[in-house]
This record gives sequence, C-alpha cells and structure tokens, in this order.
Amino acid sequence: MTDSAPPASVVRVRGLDKQFTAGAGAVTALSGIDLTIAAGEFVSLIGPSGCGKSTLLRLIGDLTPPTSGSVEVNGKPAHQARLGREYGMVFQAPVLFEWRTVEDNVKLPLELLGMDRSERDARAREMLGLVELGDFARHHPYQLSGGMQQRVAIARALALQPDILLMDEPFGALDEMTRERMNSEVLRIWRQTGTTVVFVTHSIPEAVFLSTRVVVMSARPGRITRVVDVPLPQPRNDETREDPRYFRVVTEVREALRAGGGLGEEAPLASEERVAAEGGIG
Amino acid sequence: MPPSPPAERGWLQRGLVFVVFLALLLLVWEGLKFIGGDPWRTETWTWDPPLKIWFASDLLLPHVWDIFGALANPVQRGTDQSLAGFLVGAAFYTWREAAIGFVVGAVIGIGLAALFVHSRLLERALVPYVIASQTIPIVALAPMIVFAFGQEVISVVIIATYLTFFPVTIAMIRGLRSPDPRAIELMRSYAASRWSVFWKLRMPASLPYLFTALKISATASIVGAIVGEGPGGIPDGLGRAIINFNSQYVSGPEKLWAAILACAVVGIAFFLIVRAAELLALRGRGMRPEIA
Repeated sequence: MTDSAPPASVVRVRGLDKQFTAGAGAVTALSGIDLTIAAGEFVSLIGPSGCGKSTLLRLIGDLTPPTSGSVEVNGKPAHQARLGREYGMVFQAPVLFEWRTVEDNVKLPLELLGMDRSERDARAREMLGLVELGDFARHHPYQLSGGMQQRVAIARALALQPDILLMDEPFGALDEMTRERMNSEVLRIWRQTGTTVVFVTHSIPEAVFLSTRVVVMSARPGRITRVVDVPLPQPRNDETREDPRYFRVVTEVREALRAGGGLGEEAPLASEERVAAEGGIG
Repeated sequence: MPPSPPAERGWLQRGLVFVVFLALLLLVWEGLKFIGGDPWRTETWTWDPPLKIWFASDLLLPHVWDIFGALANPVQRGTDQSLAGFLVGAAFYTWREAAIGFVVGAVIGIGLAALFVHSRLLERALVPYVIASQTIPIVALAPMIVFAFGQEVISVVIIATYLTFFPVTIAMIRGLRSPDPRAIELMRSYAASRWSVFWKLRMPASLPYLFTALKISATASIVGAIVGEGPGGIPDGLGRAIINFNSQYVSGPEKLWAAILACAVVGIAFFLIVRAAELLALRGRGMRPEIA
C-alpha cells in the first residue's frame, strides 16, 4: 500500500465544489475548497452544522462525487484510492454488523480483500490488541458499551493498515468522560500507526486536543475560512488540557468560528444530514 | 431442590401456561355441552342439560372424549388401521408436499426480492403482478394448475409454493433494504462488490424479516397443500381425508374434528420447526426473546 517514494501530501483537494439537488433547485454544500494534508498529519474539520465538513470528508473518501474540482489521495484520484482500499472509515455510529462477533467485524475488510484465514486471524488479534479489546473478541456487539463498540469500529478501520483514516464525528454520541478517554486512545493509536487522520467534529476542545491542524469552516456555502496550527507538544495527555497554550488555541479556533458566523446561530437542517440517505445501492 | 436457572424457569412457566389454558378451553367446551348440549348417556347414568344451545349439540360440537375415542377406532369398517394411524400418515404426506412447496416458494421469494432490490425498473414492472397473483382465490387457481400439470403431487407442491413465495417476497424486499445506509457506505469504502454487499450485509441483515415471513408461509403452505389435494386428486393426504370425513359428517362428526386437529398439529409443528431454525440463525444478535 505504500509506494517506494510516498508522496509528501496524502490528500490534495483543488478547487472543489459540491452541489446537491434539492427538489427543484440545487444547494451548494461546498464552494472553492483547497486543502493539502501531509503524511502523518492529524487534521480536524470543524464548523457549524451545514458547513459541509462531513461532505468534504465523504468527498475525500470518494463516497460522493464532486460537482467540480479534484480530490487526490496518495497522488491518485480519490476513486482509485478507494478501489485500492487505501483508507479506513469511522462513522458517528459504530455500524457494526450485529450478527458478527467483535473479531469477525474486524475481519470484514480483510475478507473483502481476500486475505487468507490465518493471516486474518492474526491481523484481527493485533488490531483488537491495539484498541485494547483483546478479551472481547468473541463477544457480540450488543454486549459492549458505546465506547467499546466505537473502538471495534476503529480496529476495523485500521485492519487494512490504511494510509489515511477518515473519522466522521466518531465520538459525537458518547458522554463527555468516555469521549475524553477515546480522544487519548485515538492519539495513542495515531502515534503507534503513523496513519494520517482526517477528523470531523463540532467540538472545539476535541479538535484542538487531537489535531496538528484545525480546519475551520463556515456555512452557506460551505468553505474554509481559516486553518489554525496547533503547536502543542506531543505526546498529548490530560495535562495538555490544562496547558495555557491549549486554551489559547481553543480561543483562536472559537474566534475563527465566530468570524465565520459559526457560533451563536442555529443552522437549518443541512445537506450533509441528508447525505446519509443518498448512499443507495453500492 | 436448587432453584432452576432463569431460562429453564421461563420454559417451565410457558409450558404451564399452555397446559392450564388448554384445560380451561376443554372445561368451557364440555361445560357448554353440560348446560346446553344433547343428553349425556352412559350405561348407568343419564344427564339432561337444562338449556338448549344450538352449537353445543353432539353434531356440531362432539364430546372431547368422543373425538379422542374415534382416534383409537378403525378408520373405516373392515380395516385394522386406526383413525390416529391413518391421520398421522396423511399428516406426514401433506406436510411433505407443503415442505417442498415451502422451500421452493422461499427460494423464489428471496430470488424475486433480490432482483427487485437491485433493479427499480423490474420492481416497478413486476411487483403489481406479484400482488395481483395473491388476489386470485386458490380454489379458482387450483383446477387450472391441475389441468396444466395433471393429477400429480407436483400440482399440490405448486399450489403450496404459490402461497409461500408472496410473504417471503414482500418481507425480503424490506429486509434486503434494511441495512443502515452507513453500513452500505462502509462496504463501499472497502470497494466491496455488489455480490459481497448482498451476501455479507443485505442477506444477514434481512434474516429477521425472512423468518417472520417464513413463519407465515409455514402455515400457509400447509393450507395450500390441503386445499390442493382435492382438485389434485391426491388420495393420501389430509385434504382428501377432510373431503371424505366431510361427507360422513352426520354419521360421525368426530372424525372430521380429528382431521381438523391433525391439520392444526401439522401447522403448529411446522411453525415450531421454523421458529427453532430462527432461534438458531439469529442467536447472538441480542434481540428480545419472543414466543412467536
């Protein structure tokens, strides 16, 4: 999956527009997006609902086609990257298959790749170890808590050892305590695997704590208003959350959001919520 | 005795409820006959019920013991075979016809649903006919099928198939579409083929729907086989037995009642087989247990 000379940028988005047809007219979800993400970065996309941050993530993952502009992943069109199984995807809901055990859920992408059984078993064990769920391999999803289920989803996404991990508000449904623990967990996994991560969230502290860069977006039409570097030292831990520099970056992101009209205003139900229904038949 | 584990207690409790309710039902049955039926006669004792309830007569509502007594008697004068033995044989025969039709119908139903889920065009074009097919009464259709395929078991199987495929088709269209759209996206993100999406996602996700339909079809296929045996000219099943005992009703109503009992037992047994298969297929999914 890695070329002999890996390109410096894993994701290259150029002049991207995305429109959805809604009834008679068209809604512009994204307009004039340019974004380059280097290998090994952890980039968060943040913005008010309706800013198209999930849509941007789905465009990077080739789950929806752009109206115009281009998305390149590893120097190839996103479509080819998807067919080459070069990324892993984690949704807000774990989307585990309830008829499969935890380990069989992790093995799903490996089966689709046609990996042989012994290799599959070994890889699944390794991935479950990575998310510290080795003891739950034979459990069924309903026997796990929400946080544990999401860790299984992460293990599944990492099973193909993807170059890029796309996460769409993965901890949005978890309580605050679990969420903070999962954030530390994700950072540990990111350090251990060296995977590039693109992470959609609407939590400012989460974005700042996790990311090397925070991409701030605004709505109608969705566009990037600012990119905030996060110069906090690695590895980050609970002390990071009390670091004055952390608060400074949180403030910076908050002000960038406010400047883009992203705070204090409730956006109407946006195209990105409708998108989930657009999936249709694979 | 140590307390039973909860699961075992659940079964015991359920069994107890069944037995108590059955006893109650029989009590009401005979109670009605006691207060409003025909006179009860034994060699030493006669009871004349005070009221006249028309449906509690011996003709319309035979005594429970007369029905069970008839089971032990020969099926007709001059033979050794008991009515019970005859009915068990007939029930198995009919069940086999129904089961073949059930399996064929289920396969057709799943196949049609798979087709419709992958082609909106075919769905729009064909589903109206699938629905229309079920508005034709089986008594009208059965003679045509027999005319086409002859007075053979195959005709009865086709009728059972005809009653099975419809619930399966309708439920499976729903079931194959039931996966979370994000699960479909997940499969797309792995560049999964339609084939993989079908077998690894749509099919397993549809199983709860499938089994709901199969439980309906299990009983429907029995009805189809019984109804089809008449025009199909099949002498060995419950359908022919019912027709025969119907014509002998006035002289021996308990025979028809016994045949009806046999139909009910076959239907329930088939239902329970499907239910057992369902429990086996859906174990581990963490669904709430249910009786049906």
